[in-house]
Parts: sequence; structure tokens; C-alpha cells
Amino acid sequence: MDRRWECLDGNEAAARVAYALSEVISIYPITPASGMAEHADDWAAAKRPNLWGKVPDVIEMQSEGGAAGTMHGALQKGALATTFTASQGLLLMIPNMFKIAGELTPAVIHVAARTIATHALSIFGDHSDVMHARSAGWAMLAAGSVQEAHDFAAIAHAATLRSRVPFLHFFDGFRTSHEINKIATLSDDDLRALVDDDDVLAFRRRGLTPEAPVVRGTAQNPDVFFQAREAANPYHLAVPGIVSEVMDVFAERTGRRYGLVDYHGAPDAERVVVIMGSGSGAAEETVDALNAAGERVGVVRIRLFQPFPSAELIAALPSTVRAIAVLDRTKEPGAVGEPLYLDVVAALAEAMDAETPPFATTPRVIGGRYGLSSKEMTPSMIKPIFDELDAPRPKRHFTVGIHDDVTHLSLPMDRDFTHPRPDGEVQAVFIGLGSDGTVGANKASVKIIGEGTDLHVQGYFVYDSKKSGSVTVSHLRFGPQPIRSTYLIGNADFVACHQFGLLAKADVLGFARPGATFLLNSPYGPDEVWDHLPPAVQRELVEKRIDLWTIDAFGVAAEVGMGNRINTVMQPCFFQLSGVLPADEAISRIKAWVTATYAKRGESIVARNHAAIDRSLERLVHVPLGVPAAPEVPVSPTEHDPRAFVRDVTSALIAGRGDQLPVSALPVDGTFPTGTTQYEKRAIAQQIPVWDPAICIDCGKCAAVCPHATIRMKVFPTDAVADAPDGFKSKEFKSRDLLDHRLTIQVAPDDCTGCGVCVEVCPAKDRTEIRHKAINMEPVELHRDVERPRWDFFQSIAPLDRSLLPHDTVKGSQVLEPLFEFSGACGGCGETPYLKLVSQLFGDRMIVANATGCSSIYGANLPTTPWTVNAQGRGPAWANSLFEDNAEFGLGMRLALDAQADHARVLLQRLAPDLGPELVRDLLDAKQETEAEIAAQRRRVDHLRQLLRGIVGAREADAQHLLALSGDLVKQGIWIIGGDGWAYDIGFGGLDHVLGSGRNVNVLVLDTEVYSNTGGQASKATPRAAVAKFAAAGKGNGKKDLGAIARAYGNVYVAQVAMGANDAQTTKALLEAAAWPGPSLVIAYSTCIAHGIDMSQSMAHQKEAVKSGYWPLYRFQPSELEGGQPFKLDSKQATVPLADFMNSETRFAALQRTDPERADELAQLAQADADERWRYYAQLAEIERSVPHLPAIDGETADGAETPIEQRVEA
Amino acid sequence: MDLTTDYLGLQLRSPLVASASPLTGDPDLAVRLEEAGAGAIVLPSLFEEEILSEELELNRSLEQGTEQFAEALDYFPRLEGFSDAGDRYVMRLERIKRRASVPIIGSLNAATPGGWVRYAKRMEEAGADALELNLYHLAVDPARTAAAMEATDLELIAAVRDAIAIPLAVKLSPYYSAIANFAARAREHGADGLVLFNRFYQPDLDLETLGVVHRVELSRPWELRLPLRWIAILRPQLGPGVSLAATSGIHTGLDALKALMVGANVAMMTSALLRNGPEYLRTVEEELWAWMAEHEYQSVAELRGSASQAAVDDPAAFERANYVRTLHSWSTPSHLQPSART
Repeated sequence: MDRRWECLDGNEAAARVAYALSEVISIYPITPASGMAEHADDWAAAKRPNLWGKVPDVIEMQSEGGAAGTMHGALQKGALATTFTASQGLLLMIPNMFKIAGELTPAVIHVAARTIATHALSIFGDHSDVMHARSAGWAMLAAGSVQEAHDFAAIAHAATLRSRVPFLHFFDGFRTSHEINKIATLSDDDLRALVDDDDVLAFRRRGLTPEAPVVRGTAQNPDVFFQAREAANPYHLAVPGIVSEVMDVFAERTGRRYGLVDYHGAPDAERVVVIMGSGSGAAEETVDALNAAGERVGVVRIRLFQPFPSAELIAALPSTVRAIAVLDRTKEPGAVGEPLYLDVVAALAEAMDAETPPFATTPRVIGGRYGLSSKEMTPSMIKPIFDELDAPRPKRHFTVGIHDDVTHLSLPMDRDFTHPRPDGEVQAVFIGLGSDGTVGANKASVKIIGEGTDLHVQGYFVYDSKKSGSVTVSHLRFGPQPIRSTYLIGNADFVACHQFGLLAKADVLGFARPGATFLLNSPYGPDEVWDHLPPAVQRELVEKRIDLWTIDAFGVAAEVGMGNRINTVMQPCFFQLSGVLPADEAISRIKAWVTATYAKRGESIVARNHAAIDRSLERLVHVPLGVPAAPEVPVSPTEHDPRAFVRDVTSALIAGRGDQLPVSALPVDGTFPTGTTQYEKRAIAQQIPVWDPAICIDCGKCAAVCPHATIRMKVFPTDAVADAPDGFKSKEFKSRDLLDHRLTIQVAPDDCTGCGVCVEVCPAKDRTEIRHKAINMEPVELHRDVERPRWDFFQSIAPLDRSLLPHDTVKGSQVLEPLFEFSGACGGCGETPYLKLVSQLFGDRMIVANATGCSSIYGANLPTTPWTVNAQGRGPAWANSLFEDNAEFGLGMRLALDAQADHARVLLQRLAPDLGPELVRDLLDAKQETEAEIAAQRRRVDHLRQLLRGIVGAREADAQHLLALSGDLVKQGIWIIGGDGWAYDIGFGGLDHVLGSGRNVNVLVLDTEVYSNTGGQASKATPRAAVAKFAAAGKGNGKKDLGAIARAYGNVYVAQVAMGANDAQTTKALLEAAAWPGPSLVIAYSTCIAHGIDMSQSMAHQKEAVKSGYWPLYRFQPSELEGGQPFKLDSKQATVPLADFMNSETRFAALQRTDPERADELAQLAQADADERWRYYAQLAEIERSVPHLPAIDGETADGAETPIEQRVEA
Repeated sequence: MDLTTDYLGLQLRSPLVASASPLTGDPDLAVRLEEAGAGAIVLPSLFEEEILSEELELNRSLEQGTEQFAEALDYFPRLEGFSDAGDRYVMRLERIKRRASVPIIGSLNAATPGGWVRYAKRMEEAGADALELNLYHLAVDPARTAAAMEATDLELIAAVRDAIAIPLAVKLSPYYSAIANFAARAREHGADGLVLFNRFYQPDLDLETLGVVHRVELSRPWELRLPLRWIAILRPQLGPGVSLAATSGIHTGLDALKALMVGANVAMMTSALLRNGPEYLRTVEEELWAWMAEHEYQSVAELRGSASQAAVDDPAAFERANYVRTLHSWSTPSHLQPSART
């Protein structure tokens, strides 16, 4: 049959079918499933119809719980409904899943299976999420490839309508969801052939209608619940048969035959592996290689996991089998074995107990875990499993892919095991930076080859954990046979390094096979490049006899106006050298692709890319290998850290050797040291800020806005720089309070990302040349070597005593040491300056509850964490629970802190005879409002600890408890931090409750107005008229006024801030929030890449947001005074039209380009929103409001402890 | 009274034309301009540089941060069917055309020959009754001669002429070395009319931020003098076959009268309408009418060109710099006179 071949990733492959077969699609973003929802939203915005000619209603909900509830409702009304999710999202759907299955309602959830967070979050793939849903009563269908994700999506939708049992269709997160593969796509006619209209009509007829009313979802009692539950048995029992029938129809129609269970291997195999999902591709390759070598082995792929097809499994196993290894991609601590293992064991036991047992002797079954969190699963790992099955006493339970030196469960890898590559297959690996366009070009190459030739293709892309300067590795396979290698490439025929600097940081040639071709983007010409190569690279080139080619891609890109995007420069070179396509044909195909892709963005973009392509091959140069230089002695960045863990483990993670770490190296409970980003020294900036003290006005703005804490201000006594290295810059510090002090602004040259925000915000200009400021971006190669020793010396200067300067000014705050530094956030990030400021103001006494999102990722994504400590070892303590519960999580911390502090006070009084009444009274009565008072209390606590250690006898136990709790006698703050997705949407219920609790917590909302971390999906913080994912047609509703909801309580401190507009107001608001003894909420405008702005202008956009009335600044300070006016407007009425601000950001401007009429309409409404908000706020500023209280108590209880605010309010 | 006039071969009911401004780009306001008596409406300019910068900006935004981080491979939805500034312009032209019955003149603002010329054609297809080509460049390159710059401009005029069949007006700046010569050659290269003159917006310095700022300064009535002179001079040179439009400084009916009398086919207004609103056109027309009635003119045709250089009794007055007489007409304020100081 004539098939349409297309190159898609797993998400799009599944979403196409789901979209075509649904009427209501309720969505919520979660990696790695977001892509499915994004496609659905995009298609709906483009008015693409489903199979019945109707555009599905795609609606984003506030959480996966909401998405499931909406789906449930739509199904009850008789509409075909679906959703997409993964991991925690699936867990939130489970309550509804039980209901949907219990009501025998056809539905499909498509899952890009992802690890459930345990000791750590992981966005990568395994089956822990879907395994957790298996008791909900849904059929579960496992796809193992992109083709299967497409096909099984269709089979699931057809089978659920036929069986009435809902289906969970899953495939491996990232490995399948993000792999691009060439697949035969299904036509509408194929889908029509598969989905029986009678089934659809029958489903519709069961929908709720007042014309034939019924009730569903009753409450049942012990008398009938059980029987009713059993009444559905026939439907579940029928599922395997129905799936088989649908698969038969599918095979007839498409030629692709699937079974509930499929066997691959020797018909007389003795050893068999049972596996589910993408790992089966590698397993089949292993089996083929072993059988070719004369062994008798096989692999069973489970396609329908639930209802478990016991009979089909037994039937699929060769009768000769004597040993079976069942592989689970999940872990269930405490269970006898993982779910698939247990199912196979039970199925075998039941079969052997039947009248005619299928095997002469019961095969031995062992169970292994593999591939948690997308850990690789390769033939080198699978081959040892077959070896183990041959052992006289194989490990009953084992792991593969890791080295377990603790419980010794792991099987060793067989690195020498090779399997023959399919004839004609070409493997290519490309190493680049995210910003240079490498991945985009490779995705294009995959499509160009896959859709333009008969070759099969596979593209898989690995990203690192940073959002700026991130390294990407593209793994591409091309060949005449379908590609089933579901793992990374290790022996590439072609390797390209798109960034010269990466040669020194990554083992680029480690990907290359001997004799491979190596393409290097080099700023050096063919005569000089060899001498610039790191000696290790020279050696490897020679040892592997690699064919070396270079091109100055940045030179070409600059000539044609492409900046640092070198994608279309490197791509023709790849085709030229790899020989996948004839060069001429490749060039014309690349150009055609460029035209198709960029034409809608404009002629100039197409022209520039075409020019890059044309010039590319002219600059490609072959370079003969030279003589390797002597090897360099590697220096570990962590060698001086006193912590062994950092020296041994963190350093290995930074070096990219995490895969090689044994189990014993890792913390057992997910606890990691802070202060480790300082060792990464990624040196990603092309330009860095250079300070000119002659012009500087000491304002501190550069340091305040730096997203990565890489430009810093220090004030120190003049004699502190007596031993400074040559050229260390400082200037007189102008202050009436602090005489004989100097000031230095210093950049950390290897940590700076070169975003330029500091320079843009610098207000000090040279009198004689206005463009020259007090800091200026300059090429890093001219300054790195001199700035390095200066930075080291700068770091050695002791921070100024925190009590010497007031903190309520920008200058005063920026002298404080930041305890949040060098995060992996995007260049120009609008969130991190707030976190840094909070860490400067309160870092030595704060505990952070951090909602999942950007801030939890750049805040704690291994290998390192930016939260750090001061010289005394104090710093923020940080933890992340979930996305949805962060406010509650932080409240729990507050309750614990209060309980422990209260307990400590009780113990203090109890131990007063030993400690002396004076110390006890001082500790209990200490005011801790200023830095000096806190320092004094810390000294008291130190003294207390000394005394406690000496207490023996009857009160020793109390003393030990007080010793453990003594730190809580010093004032600490709880900071609940997260983004707008958390605060406005998924975590809003909890946030509202916590604000309503009256307890003393500080909530900081980093409001980017979209779900930034998952790629910019709309939240309820997204403004009207903005284009965002899930609001591709432009958001029609206005932004939720979160502050207004919080203010309604009356006793919640609320501030709305924007650092770029008014940094002093931001500082003041944070200080007031911390000082307010009740709940406080600070909503911080945070610029983001998803706004479509030049991120170096991050702060200027914040200023415009305020100037245009888009983001009014205010502080709502609850007051107990009669006649108090708690609402203070800190910004002025708009001085420019909102349109000026909106036109400067692509999130708004894009709608002008896609739907000008709607854009105009929404822009008018947005202006009306802003006008009305101002009118309302201006009135609020006049309103008197007072927190009810008992004046006589005056905030003090009889025992001197501060009354919790909620009691005061209630009183 | 017959106010009709011929402009670019179009019969206009009035010589008062609403020139390119934000007012003319809004369909509602355009209708109000027509109701207030505009003889034709010139849409705001579509800028060549706007198209280019929009393309680059959009592309930068869509590519920024992409393919770097596994959870966020991009930050915008896959938007389909982008329109560019030109598409939107054409759509707006169509919308205005649907609602207005007076001639609608599209306006293109360009500095170099290029692919954007296709928008001239698209404006024609969208129903534009004529096109105004706004030549915009500053002669900042010391290596380029005036002749070379003029050659580029003429090439541009010819390119647009080739692209369309509707009438073409060319809006000039007053900064040509040999303006009479250039006007004649513009005609040869296909211009049906000239619009005199373009006012370039001049950058300013903000002394607070020490930055260069762009501010729109509306015209003042004295600015009419420059077009008055040149229309008076060019009218007889170019003959009746070439339309002339006066623009800059026309704020009242009397200003419009002057423009018509020196030979303009139409008097274009922008600043006065921006200051006073579309309905102000009615006042201007009333002033025009009243003066004509008082002076017993029956039609615009009658007065048009009645004071051109060829028609006045002192033709040299337009050519002379009038320096001495002008200076003498200035009377120094008394406190600045030497006698007043002593």
C-alpha cells in the first residue's frame, strides 16, 4: 500500500491521532508530554478539524487534576475526550481515572512516561508513573517506538470505544516522545476504518441528557458496592480480545502487525528477556547478534500490559525456554519484585498449574530494573542479562546500567560486546551550544533526508541542565533499514564540533569510531588550527586516524548577518562530508527547507540563510594531522574544597562522569551540599562587563540586576587592598557614615554569561563620550586573563559588616554578600535578581520552600546548586516538594519552626537554674529586628551551646534537646518561592489557604506571566492579548489580580514590584514583607525569554511595563492604626500608551502578525484593563482599612512571646 | 461653488487631502475625515525598514532560547500564517477602501530598490486609487555623490512605476541640489505628480538620559513657505500634466488657498488635523469657501496657479533669496536696540 512517510517525534505522532479522534481536549503542561498538548492547541488555533469535521475544544486547566476532571465531565456528557500527561501529572489524574474506569467510560490518556519525583525530581523517562496508575482499572498499552506511539494511539482510541474500558497509552518519555523517526503516518481513512461509528454512537447515547435523565456517581453502601464492582468484570475480560481484533483490522489496513505480546528471536530459545517500551529495540538487536553467534535467545515484547495478557505471554514463549529475565523500568521499594516481573511470575505459575502445563519444567524467572530516569539501555547492558540467565544460580533480582557497590545487585556491563551495524547505516554526532542552532539544523537534516529519500532516519537530542550556554549533543542515524537502536551513538562515522571551545570541555572525539570524519568549526585557519587543539584532542585524532575538516562558521555567519546562528553554515558541510546525499542535491534540499521554514518569517531571513548555505562549502578546508603535543595535567576545580563529597562526587558530575559513579557515591536521601556552582567556571560569555571606576557613581544597580551574581560590589577599608594584584581597581567610597573605605565593582569572568543587563542598566555615562559607561561590555579574550586574578583577590576581601550600612537602599543591599550565585538560568533572566536580593538581605537566616519550575531547576538541578553560604557557613536552606503544594510545604516549615522555637523557649526556662536567669531572660526577650540584634542573639546562642554541653545529670536530656533546637532561638524567615504557574494556577488553592492561615510566611512569586520552565504555556497570570503556548490565538481573558485576592484578607502584606522600574521599592517591599509578622506576598515582575524581548534589555522592559500602566507598583501594608491607609501606590499614572509597551514585545506583537483584527480588539481591551486597574488602585490608595486587634495586648502575650498574627486578628 | 480638482488624474470633490498620519490609518477616523470633507485620503506610509526590522525581530524572538533546555525547546506556539507589516498594511487599506468612497492613496516609504516593491502592486490590487512613493534617505555617505543618490531614487521611481498601473505620486524632500532638474526627471521616470515636501523627523537629545530620542514635532504654519515657493516655480516648468501637492504647514483655509494659487492641485493636511481632529477639515473648507465667495471665485480651477511664478507680476520674487528685503522687514525689539541700552 502506498504510505505517506513523515519524520515526527513521538509526541506529535501520538497527538495527531488523539487530536483527530477527540472533541474535547483538556490540557496542562508537564515535561515530556507538553509537546502533545502544544500540538493540539496549535492545531485548534489553526482551526484544523478532527475526523468528524469539528475543531476540538482545547482548554488548558489549572492542573492535571483539573484536566482529568474536565475530561471526566466531557465524557459523561458523551463527548470524545482525551488528555496528555506524565509523572506527577498522571498521579493527579488518578482519582478521576478510578471514576472514569468505574463508570466504564471510553477515554484515552496519552502518557510520555516519566520518572516520579522521589529523592529528586527527574524530567526523564521511566515507567514509575504509569505503574502507579495500574490499579485504576484502565487498560494499558505500551508503545516502544515513534511508529508505535502513532499506531497504538489509534488502536487505543478504537479499542476503548469498543470495550468501554478507558485506555492509558504510554511511551517512554524523551527516548520516544522526543526522538524523531521516519514513520508511516495514518490517514483519516485509516482512522475511519479503525474507529467504528457504531461504537461512537453507542458512547454518545450513554451521555447525560435531561431528555433521558439518569444519575451516575452515586454513594453506595456495604450491601451492593462490592457486587457492583464485580459487575463490570466481563468488560475488562473482553479487553485483550478487542485489542487483538483492532490490531488485526489495523494490520489489514496498514500492513503493520502487532500482537498483545510479540516474540522475537530463536524459535528454540532457552533464554528469554521480557521487556516493555523502547528498550525492546536494543533487546532485539542484542538477540539478533547473539543468535547470529550461535546462541538460542529471544525477547518478548509486552504491548498490552493491562489487562495482563497471560495466555498470550505463555503462547509467545518458545516451549524450549528454561530461563526468563523480566525487565522493569521502575522501582517499587519493598515489593517482592517490580510489577511486570510479578505479573510474569504469576502468569507462569498459573499456566503451569493448568491441566496441560506449557513447559516441561517451570522456567526460572528473574527480575531486573533498568533505565530509571532515561538511563541508557544498550546491547552492552542486555547481553550480560542473557549471561546471567545461563548462570547456575542467577541473581533473582538485579539491575543493569549502573554499578551497585552497596547491595551488589548490578550486572556488569559487557563493553566489548558489539553487534553488527545494519548495512549502509551512517551514524553522526554533533556537539554544539543551544544558542548556535545546531539542534535545529539537525532536526532539519533528519527531515530533509527522511522525507526526501528512501532512507530511514532517527534523531535524538541530548541537552544539559543549564538554560544558558547549554551544550547540546545530537545523535543522528540514517540507513536503508528501519532504525531500532533506542540508545545514544558511541561509534559515529561522522562527528561535528560546532564550538571550538567545547573541545577543551567535552570528550568530543569519544563519540568517533576509528577513521571517522571530524568537522570542526574553527576560528583558526588550516595552518594554525592544529596548534590550538588541546593536546588530548590531537592525540585522539592521531590514534583514531581521524579525517579532520574545519570551517570558520562564525565568520561566514557574521558576513551574512546571521549572528551566532551557524546552523545553515555547518549543515551543508555535514552533507558534503558524510555522503548521505550527493552534495548538490543536499544543497538544493537544504535551501528548499529553509524557504519552507522561514518564508513566513520574511524574505530577509530566507535570503540570509541562503547566503550562508552558498558560502559554506567554499570555506570547508581539509586539515592534515600534525604531531600531538605533550599531555596537560588536568586540574580539578574542586581540589581546594574542604568537602570530600564535593571533591569526589560533585567534580565528577561537573566533568560529565556521573554515569560512571557507583551507587555508594550518591547520597541515600537526596541531600546535597550547597555552594557548588562556583566550581563550574563555564566561561560561556563572549563579552564581559569591564568597570571604569572614574565614571562609577556607586549606585549598585549593576550588581542588583545581574541575574547570575557575576558582577559584584564590595566596600572595604582602604588597607584591605594593600596586597591587591596589579591593576586591581577600586575607588573611594563616598559615604558620610563610612570613612576611609573603598569600593570595587568586580566581574567573575568565567561565570558571567555575557547577557549585558548590567551595562544596559548602568546610569553613569562618560562626560566626553556618552556611550562609554561606568561598565562596558568588551570582548572576553581581551580581559579574561587579567580579570581572573582580580576576581580571586576580590573574593578574598572580607565582606563588610552587615550592620554598617542600612539595607533599605539599592547600594546598601548590594554591599551584602549574595548567597545565590552563578545559576544556570537564562542570560538576562528576570527572576534571579530577586532571588539574589532576597539572599543578600536574609540569606543567612532563611529557609526556602521552592515550587517546581524554573527557580527549582536553576536553583537545584545537578550537578551543582547556586544557593551558597557565607564565611560563617550560614546560608539559605532549600527544599522543593512539588509543583502543586509549595505554599503548604512552606507553611509546614513555619509550623515546625514555631513549634521548635516554642519548645526551645520552654526548655530554656526549665534549664534556667543551670544557665543563669540573665542569659535565659536575654535569650527570651531579645529583640531581633536589626542586624546588630540578630548578631547579639547569635552570640548568646553560641554561649548557650557551650553551657549546654557541660550539663550532665538529670537535666542532661533537656540540655541535649535544647542544643538541637538552639538555632531556632535566632530569628529565621520562611520564604515560599515559585512562579506564576504555581501561584496563580496549580498551587493557588494551597497558597490561598496559607495566606488565610495568618502565619508568618513570606511568599515571593516570580511572575513571568507564563509557565516558563516548560516553554511558555499560558497561566492565569498571562495578560490579555499575549500569545503563549496554550493561547496560540492570543489570550482573550485578562490577568488574574492575585494581589487583590490576597489583599482581601486584610492582614496579608502584599507588594507588587518590578526591579527594573524601581529597585528601591523592590528592596523596601522585601524588607517590609520579611518584617511583617503575618503572611506576606510579593509579586515580582520577571522578564523572560517567553516575552520575546532582547534579554539584555530586561530591565528596560520592566521600566516600560510600569510606565505604561501595565504593571503598577504598590505596597499593601496592613495597619493596626485607626485611619491607616494600607495601600500605597508606588508608581505614577501611565505616561505612555500601553500599546507602546506591547509593541515592543513579541508575545503581543506576534498576534498582530497572525490575527491583526483580534490583536487590535484585544489591545483595546488590554488598554481598558490597564485604565480600569489604575482607576481602581487610585481609589484604593485613598481607602482607610485597619487590621482588627486588641490594643491593650499590643502584640505581646503574658510570657513575652510574640502573639501569632492570626490570634491577634481573631482577637 | 466648485471645489473639485484634478489630482493624478483623479477627480476630487475638494482640494483638501488628508495626508499620511495615524488618523488616516484607522478606518473609523478615515470615515470621519471623509465626512468632514476630505477630497482624498493618503494612508500612513509602509516603511521598507519596518518590514525588514520586523522580520529580523520576530525571527530573533522565535529563535531565542530554543533547543537549549530539554523542558523548553522553544517558547512560542508554532504560529502559522504570519503576516508582515506589508500584509497588514494591505489589509488595512482594504478595510478603509470598503468603507470610504473618496480616493484612497497608498503610501510606500523606501530608500533602496528591493523586494518590497511588490507591496506597491499589492496596494494596487487591494484597491488603492493611487500610490505615493516617499523617497527617504539621508546623504550620510561621504563617498556617494549627489548624482549617484539621485540615480538610485530615479531607479526606485521607475521600479514602482513598472509594478503598477494606478497613478504614482512621488514625495520629495527639499534637500536635492538641483530640485527643478530632479522634478523633471522624476516625471520622465514615471511620476504622475510630486508631493512637496517631505518633513523628516529630526532626532533630539534627552538631557536627562543623554540619549537620542525621536519625537514627532507637528508642523507650524510658516513651514508652508518652502512648498509655496517650489510649487510656484515648478508649476510652469512641469506644465499642467503633472500634479503637484503641497504639504507642510497647511493649517487653515487661507494656507490651502495660497497653495492652490501658486499651482498646487491639492493641499495636504496632517498636523492641523492631528491637533484639532478630523472634523477640523470642515472649518478649513468653510474658510476656503468664504474667501473664494468674498473674492468672487467660482471654482478651484479658476484660482489654481493664478499666483504661480509664471502668473505673478514679480516672477523674480520666487527666485530671489529675498534676503535684504526680508531682513529689513524684521524690526528689532526696542529693548535690544542700541539706543535702548544706553
